[in-house]
Amino acid sequence: MSAPLLVAEGLHRSFGETAALVDAALRIDEGEVVAVLGSSGSGKSTLLHCLAGIVRPDRGRVVFDGQDLVTMSDARRSALRREAFGFVFQFGQLVPELTCLENVALPLRLARVPRREAEQRAGQWLERLEVTDVAGKRPGEVSGGQGQRVAVARALVTRPRVIFADEPTGALDSLNGERVMRLLTEAARDSGAAVVLVTHEARVAAYSDREIVVRDGRTRNLEVAA
Amino acid sequence: MSIGQTFLGLLEATPRHGYDIKRRYDEHFGHSRPVAYGQVYATLSRLLRGGLVEVEAVEPGEGPDRKRYAITEAGVADVAQWLARPEQPEPYLQSILYTKVVLALLTGREAAELLDVQRAEHLRLMRELTRRKRGGDLAEQLICDHALFHLEADLRWLELTTARLDDLAARVRA
Repeated sequence: MSAPLLVAEGLHRSFGETAALVDAALRIDEGEVVAVLGSSGSGKSTLLHCLAGIVRPDRGRVVFDGQDLVTMSDARRSALRREAFGFVFQFGQLVPELTCLENVALPLRLARVPRREAEQRAGQWLERLEVTDVAGKRPGEVSGGQGQRVAVARALVTRPRVIFADEPTGALDSLNGERVMRLLTEAARDSGAAVVLVTHEARVAAYSDREIVVRDGRTRNLEVAA
Repeated sequence: MSIGQTFLGLLEATPRHGYDIKRRYDEHFGHSRPVAYGQVYATLSRLLRGGLVEVEAVEPGEGPDRKRYAITEAGVADVAQWLARPEQPEPYLQSILYTKVVLALLTGREAAELLDVQRAEHLRLMRELTRRKRGGDLAEQLICDHALFHLEADLRWLELTTARLDDLAARVRA
């Protein structure tokens, strides 16, 4: 078996008196789409934030491609998030002052890619996500479904190795949600990126290869259990 | 599925041979369960006896004679009545899953485990249907969506029941 891309072991994280994660663990292989399921407050978003190096666990290890995110310096972790990870949240979190094309090009510009090249690559991703027509519009001028597909394009533009998607269809109707999930998983599979998909919707989770359930901060890998 | 009325609906557009009715039926509604030839001819015989269809023509062929069936006025009225009548929604009040959960609690077994395993099984089928939907035409997508929404409803129930297991355990063991 090849080394997993991302491994978490013995994760504990509390917020005040509330234990959000209790001995949580999971492994994700290259190119896998893994759904993290659980009810509100189960700890699934905290798990995603720990895996992505956004939140530091109180205890435990998060190892990405052989590097421990927990002991890594803040600067190195930020750089890793920019270079190797992509993010899609429930509400696209696009920069309202920039056009959709500029939003998608932004991670490349931050990585010092020249504007022309960055915008050319951004345009290709907008086309892949079927939103070429909104390239020149600002996020406030596009529909929720279009905005979310722009956010997916932005997450993929740096060719990350892992995409973290936190309730990516939570604000969309069924039809738009389906379209975002189809395009997100197809584009991720084509580019070889793994996807960590946090959701409470079973129809969204059905786009994954397998699921992990979080309950009261504890993880449960059902395929192993079954 | 009411095969008789579905056949009548297919015949209302135009008279057809038994083979053609089967082909049309399988194309539109057969998906995972095409209708058997035996059932096609048994259904047509029943409709004939009921005066809902008639044999419009008999064409000699190399094998047995081929009958072309046409819908009668009574058949048109029957299919109209069937389409206008709402289907009885399934009340889902007899749940094998609920029975299993209660029995697990009564016998001191892990009810949460049972619910988790069931969730995994539901998701396995939902993945299969999602893959099938991706490669399918609009008809296939709608059929799969219908199944997916029902499975999702089951999963929501599993989630809610998991959250209420302690209360349920106290109740059934009282």
